[in-house]
Amino acid sequence: MTLLAVDNLTVSFPTADGIVQAVRGLSFSVEPGKTLGVVGESGSGKSVSALTMLGLNPGADISGSAVFNDRNLLTMSQRELRSIRGADIAMIFQDPLSSLHPHFRVGWQIAEAIRAHSDMDKNAALNQAVELLRLVNIPQPERRVRAYPHEMSGGMRQRVMIAMALALKPKLLIADEPTTALDATVQAQLMELLIQMQREVGMAMIVITHDLGVIASIADEVLVMYAGRASERADARTIFFSPHHPYTRGLLGSVPSATGVTGGRLVPIVGSPPSLINVPTGCGFHPRCPFAMEACIDDQPPLESIPAGADHSSACWLPPELTGVGVATDTARQRYAGTYRGPRSSKLPGVRAAASEAAVYA
Amino acid sequence: MLDVVPSPAPAAGGEHLLRAEGIVKHFPIKEGIFFKHQVGSVKAVDGVSLEVRRGETLGLVGETGCGKSTLARCIMRLFPLTAGHLTFDGADLSTLSRSQMRPYRRGMQMIFQDPYGSLNSRRRVGSIIGDPLAIHNIAKGAERKKMVQGFMEVVGLNPEHYNRFPAEFSGGQRQRIGVARALALRPKLIVCDEPVSALDVSIQAQIINLLEDLQGEFGLTYLFIAHNLSVVQHVSDRVAVMYLGKIVEVAEVKDLYGTPRHPYTNALLSASVVADPDKARSRDRIILTGDVPSPINPPSGCRFHTRCPKAQAICSTEEPILKSGAGDSASHLAACHFPVADGEKIASGKATILHAVEGFLAEAPK
Amino acid sequence: MSLSTVEVVSTEAPAETPGVGGIEGRSPLRLVLARLRTDRVALASIGVLVLIVLLALGAPLISAITGHSPTVTNVDNGTDANGQPLPPGTGGFLLGTDNLGRDILVRIAYGARISLLVGVLATAIATVVGVVVGLFAGYFGGWLDSILARLMDVVLSFPYVLFAIVLVSVFGASLPLVILVIAFFSFAAIGRIVRGQALSQREKEYVEAAHSLGAGNLRIMFVDILPNLVAPVIVLATLLIPAAIIFEATLSFLGLGVGPPTASWGNMLSDAEGVGFQAWWFYIFPMLFLLATTLAFNLLGDAVRDALDPRTERIFAGRRKKKKPA
Repeated sequence: MTLLAVDNLTVSFPTADGIVQAVRGLSFSVEPGKTLGVVGESGSGKSVSALTMLGLNPGADISGSAVFNDRNLLTMSQRELRSIRGADIAMIFQDPLSSLHPHFRVGWQIAEAIRAHSDMDKNAALNQAVELLRLVNIPQPERRVRAYPHEMSGGMRQRVMIAMALALKPKLLIADEPTTALDATVQAQLMELLIQMQREVGMAMIVITHDLGVIASIADEVLVMYAGRASERADARTIFFSPHHPYTRGLLGSVPSATGVTGGRLVPIVGSPPSLINVPTGCGFHPRCPFAMEACIDDQPPLESIPAGADHSSACWLPPELTGVGVATDTARQRYAGTYRGPRSSKLPGVRAAASEAAVYA
Repeated sequence: MLDVVPSPAPAAGGEHLLRAEGIVKHFPIKEGIFFKHQVGSVKAVDGVSLEVRRGETLGLVGETGCGKSTLARCIMRLFPLTAGHLTFDGADLSTLSRSQMRPYRRGMQMIFQDPYGSLNSRRRVGSIIGDPLAIHNIAKGAERKKMVQGFMEVVGLNPEHYNRFPAEFSGGQRQRIGVARALALRPKLIVCDEPVSALDVSIQAQIINLLEDLQGEFGLTYLFIAHNLSVVQHVSDRVAVMYLGKIVEVAEVKDLYGTPRHPYTNALLSASVVADPDKARSRDRIILTGDVPSPINPPSGCRFHTRCPKAQAICSTEEPILKSGAGDSASHLAACHFPVADGEKIASGKATILHAVEGFLAEAPK
Repeated sequence: MSLSTVEVVSTEAPAETPGVGGIEGRSPLRLVLARLRTDRVALASIGVLVLIVLLALGAPLISAITGHSPTVTNVDNGTDANGQPLPPGTGGFLLGTDNLGRDILVRIAYGARISLLVGVLATAIATVVGVVVGLFAGYFGGWLDSILARLMDVVLSFPYVLFAIVLVSVFGASLPLVILVIAFFSFAAIGRIVRGQALSQREKEYVEAAHSLGAGNLRIMFVDILPNLVAPVIVLATLLIPAAIIFEATLSFLGLGVGPPTASWGNMLSDAEGVGFQAWWFYIFPMLFLLATTLAFNLLGDAVRDALDPRTERIFAGRRKKKKPA
């Protein structure tokens, strides 16, 4: 029984320079009690999709569906969404200093969140807030409940956000880059907390991040996004040890501690994330892909399942059996791609860099 | 064309390019309406000694508030030192004035964290990279332009973009501009202050590789400051760990990551995230309680004792000195009265959370 | 080791300029000019100012064509039988005459010279002094800032008319004195803005980078920080010019500025004292020209401010879209 099913979500914003296609046909689902990690770099559309689902992007052009508990979030009115936000779906953001109101005490803000969805009176809600602060391991919660956000450290503020998010025991928690602004030790504490809470409360989580380490620690399933679309989806071990999509493979070769790094030298992906106004034709990744073929320039590959893996799907024209992070698989990919290369694909930056074995900076 | 810049002077001062002894930097806190008087100070760096060998990459890690950025700026003499000695390539830089420092600036340069803020958005890229050449009167006019374009190519930028403004480049490219600017004087030492933290993952790898290649080609020595432990492990030969203004441990990379002796290093390593699900989940996390104390009032004795799972009475009275333990190589130093032995497990703080969660769940759902 | 070169793919730049890819170093100046071109009010203001400048430049020409001088008393030709000034349109006087028979049109044209000269020159001096003072105060801080900031505060709160009276009585009214007095009282407005900007820019990382390169203080102030101040300074200067023009008109009106027989819009207005509604052309025309000039500068200043502000992009985008339907 799927908790959340997103189908062909498309979000675009009209701007001065053109239409920004932030999300271009995203589909995924989340099961109750599971954690979905969404990985992507800037411009991948990961944050926009989450905000859109909760109705926090009113000015955009939205199409597709996001069905939560048999109701489509995208067609709900703001009033209906308000009853869901906080109570059924909660969200925490990257920078707690800007997402907490600077003028109100922390306890008051948590109490407000509680009272917005229940009949509790002020004092009962404040008591509940104290208990929640204790829950998220904030020392001396009775005192801290009267503090202002700027009086707390980053880690504590983030814990306050988590307390607020958990107050009504939501079924789904969306965490948008929750640990990016924090130190390593605080990050570890926070992730422990999230994992614990999730396991005990039984809620599902979507963790949006660019940090592969966070994904490795916390995600059951992983969705990799690029240029507004899903490029690959699988469970965590599969993504890290036998990915199919060259972008995933490239990411794993770029991060020092990752499974795809061998021999002490990183193999970065050529170029930069693409413009969302002039999205590349065909497969959005083709300008940077070392295995690009003619088909990649013209046709967008659909997200198709890889028979070998369980619940593993990838949007790529390479044959499904070519999965993995080793040199052997890369060679096999290159051999396959080579036979389908044409005049245009040979000139792509990703292909040229791979061919010349140059130091790939560009 | 890069040979036009005279190569740096031959090495003086022996094996160590940089030597810092007892560096102290306190920032005064002033209060008062008309006449401000000092009421306290932020002890950002409180007695740091380290050495950087020629040609190596020394990594410097620590969390927010540990003083690593301040230490970097002390080394670069961007402000006067409150106390301590700084020797660079045999020359004593400790008390030099700004104008006296100028000639030495050719030997050490800095790369900054923010690719957007560290470049003047109102100046063209060619002018930004050529700035050091202008300041030190190395080249003028067409000759300068040629040199600048040479450096642009070396860092992977298109030399034809000489006249563009920073806003027309992506974050990764801007960081390359910063690298080119730092290279222009052919320095011996480059202090990299979180050079990749603000960049996308795929771009980070490009810049890391660039820095590695440049080190080989230009014979550079790096002081690499970062908070991402995996990145530091990848680029460094030796690593120093800072906490609240002091160095708590310094060692060769494999010693530090393999057998960390200081409890803080242990906690830090156990907390860092690795992009490998097997390793990430099997790791036993050491959860430190409490927050980092304020550098205005650091704890007595060993500064880490308030959060240390191994702290004992002596730790709050006597400050430990950096020394190598029995059985460790001479280059592995730790400042701890009770260093962590091989295979020793330090306590973790899971119990508290579980207890509270049970109470939370006992309540009936709304 | 071979390196591949990069094409500029300007994308992930955040709230900054939505980098339009593939341009050849489009300077901020060009962008501003492009934006101004779409602003109709700005264009109208520029048009008005161009006309007034032409009027000022062509003053001798107008004098030659009409055969009238701006300063020579012309009672025989310029007044009617009773010695009263002629209304506009009579006797070859397009805008009428004053009580000394002088051609108002020619006097207006020469008055334009004074107004523009004083306005622009005084503002220019005030800008240069203000920028230098503000930069030094904001960049160095400390005691220098305390002194300079207090000085600027004092200047801003000074009753300038009284001061002008004192100076004139000591030195005698003259054009250079007027310009210096106006400049002296205007520099603080620019100085304060520049000081604030310098204070905030000095904390930026690129200034730190300049230090680390070995740049001296003067270089950092003028080569690094100054370009970042150009935008607010230009706006302020454009808005300061009409203030200077009014200041000059006020001084001349009070007899403290340009004195007779030289024509200035200010002293033409003081000539109008006591004239009443009958010889309306005495004051209406100087007033209209003053109004037109100052209004044009003010509107232009506002337009320049909008054009320089990256956040107003939506307005300009809308205009561009309107221009190219489909």
